[in-house]
Amino acid sequence: MAGNTGPLSPRAKLAVTAGKAAAAVSRAAGRGSGSVIGGKVALKLDPDLLARLATHLDVVLVSATNGKTTTTRLIAEALRASGPVVSNALGANMPAGITSALAGGSDARYGVIEVDEKYLAGVARDVSPKAIALLNLSRDQLDRAAETRMLAEKWREGLAGTKAVVIANADDPLIVWAASSSPNVVWVAAGQEWKDDAWSCPSCGGVMQRPGDDWFCGECGFRRPTPSWALSGDYVLDPHGSAWPIHLQLPGRANKANATTSAAVAATFGVPPQVALERMYQVQAVAGRFDVVTYMNREIRLLLAKNPAGWLETFSLIDGPPAPVILSVNARGADGTDTSWLWDVDYPRLAGHPIFVIGDRKLDLAVRLEVAGLDFRVCESVDEAVAAAPPGRIELIANYTAFQDVRRRVGN
Amino acid sequence: MSQNSLRLVWVYPDLLSTYGDQGNALVLERRALQRRLDVQRVDVRSDQPIPTSGDIYLIGGGEDRPQRLAAERLRRDGGLNRAVANGAIVFSVCAGYQILGHEFINDLGQREQGLGLLDVVSTRGEGERCVGDVLADIDAPLGLPPLTGFENHQGVTHLGPTARPFARVQFGQGNGTGDGTEGAYNETVFGTYMHGPVMARNPHIADLLIKLALDVNALPPVDDRWYDALRAERIAAASQPA
Repeated sequence: MAGNTGPLSPRAKLAVTAGKAAAAVSRAAGRGSGSVIGGKVALKLDPDLLARLATHLDVVLVSATNGKTTTTRLIAEALRASGPVVSNALGANMPAGITSALAGGSDARYGVIEVDEKYLAGVARDVSPKAIALLNLSRDQLDRAAETRMLAEKWREGLAGTKAVVIANADDPLIVWAASSSPNVVWVAAGQEWKDDAWSCPSCGGVMQRPGDDWFCGECGFRRPTPSWALSGDYVLDPHGSAWPIHLQLPGRANKANATTSAAVAATFGVPPQVALERMYQVQAVAGRFDVVTYMNREIRLLLAKNPAGWLETFSLIDGPPAPVILSVNARGADGTDTSWLWDVDYPRLAGHPIFVIGDRKLDLAVRLEVAGLDFRVCESVDEAVAAAPPGRIELIANYTAFQDVRRRVGN
Repeated sequence: MSQNSLRLVWVYPDLLSTYGDQGNALVLERRALQRRLDVQRVDVRSDQPIPTSGDIYLIGGGEDRPQRLAAERLRRDGGLNRAVANGAIVFSVCAGYQILGHEFINDLGQREQGLGLLDVVSTRGEGERCVGDVLADIDAPLGLPPLTGFENHQGVTHLGPTARPFARVQFGQGNGTGDGTEGAYNETVFGTYMHGPVMARNPHIADLLIKLALDVNALPPVDDRWYDALRAERIAAASQPA
């Protein structure tokens, strides 16, 4: 398919130009990259701009509770094997940010787009994607977000009859419920450690049975579909039964799962798994996540975990004891203002690590760790925590705004 | 019941454990262990029978459909009502609190029958959802310091003559009736809208339940340093709304 060089209407052209101007003003004013304000201005001038910008692209949408930014990066990297890619690589994942990202990619053949969960159905309607990757759904920011199962229901309604190939995680019952209204689904056994949002059947409400890696509803027969792709240890198994080794710089099981889904997406565009996986090795850190920085003469690995499922996956990838761990939690608007979710995180898994606690809500975390029977020290700042940490690479795990605070402080 | 054992039942974590309320079970368990009690915690899934021999039953908050499913299964099971008839203590939060009343509005917009263990009736509020930090004074006869918690609900709960308000709000909404009440209780059954989880913010509530279960007036002190620091911070935050 041709690049995004087709004729834009005068109105669309004006909208793109005005958006770029607003973005430049926003950047000059020191208010971030300007991509969101630019997109907002452009969409106001031409509400159909997003649809028009996407007309000339093969679009892939990526949505999930966790892993969408990383997976978007991996897919973009894989598809570059077959043509130029435009992507909202920095995670501006609502319509304005997406519009702004697409407006910047006039020569691209592919648009690889991360979409906020709430906007998936609408964006999918606007941009007629060729593929949609759905990774996982779990509780997140319940003080302001929709209920998790309702989100799956909205996806299911919004994606019914979509022309896109839906690449979906067969191991997450909520994802399977959301995807199975689509006529063309590629099931990927990508795994999911967190299970506590899907004990109740999304179809009939029956109690789910989960023997081993399988799952099914004992009452209505809703069950795990047979996957055609799978993550198996350090390998991707493709639909022909071939095993392809995964070599990533990104750590952890969850990123191997993201790579497996990305390989399945790349294959739908004719990029073979071997080529796709080799290219994914290039991805080092994604918007600072997984980055190893040197600060105060100490090596610190920066890990983002925003909700119980994310913390669970993060605990499984950190260095074992006695690696020191710094935990930082905030509860500002973008984090969700209710910290109750800390009690759904399995902190006893940190037993044996020297633990240091910082962030706006360090006292909530202190009570949580006290009740878990762990030893910990509460610190006033990242500097105090780093200075107090015993030798070894420090694993620093933070939720959203806490992560941004730490990045600013350590100069990443 | 022997004086040094405590049987804790966490009701339907598969349906009603969405807002961190399992923290109440963790805090209760921890504080009982710190008092050298022999604690047995049983988590009962909604396809299992509710044991009737527990000392303290905990029910948490959940989303609208799981709330209806939980009410249906608890009514059918009958075990919780039998346990209360045997003198057991129940502490419930949010969706769980509504289920313990006479009725509430379910996810289909219909009146759903509750368990009738608390003399309350819940409806759905017309206005905005009640979300945010709460500060309230706990009903004086219970002899507890102020209540701090986080509320996140649309429910409005009206108290009948045999339920006492658990607390009266200084900041926040509580029962949503506009009369300042928050939660409800009778001799052995408690309900609140407070998450946080509520016992992490108010460990004295956990101690009260343990004392009621053991039928004792006092418990050995434990180190409350971090709880006290958190309480002070959250009480200050609730008093100065953003």
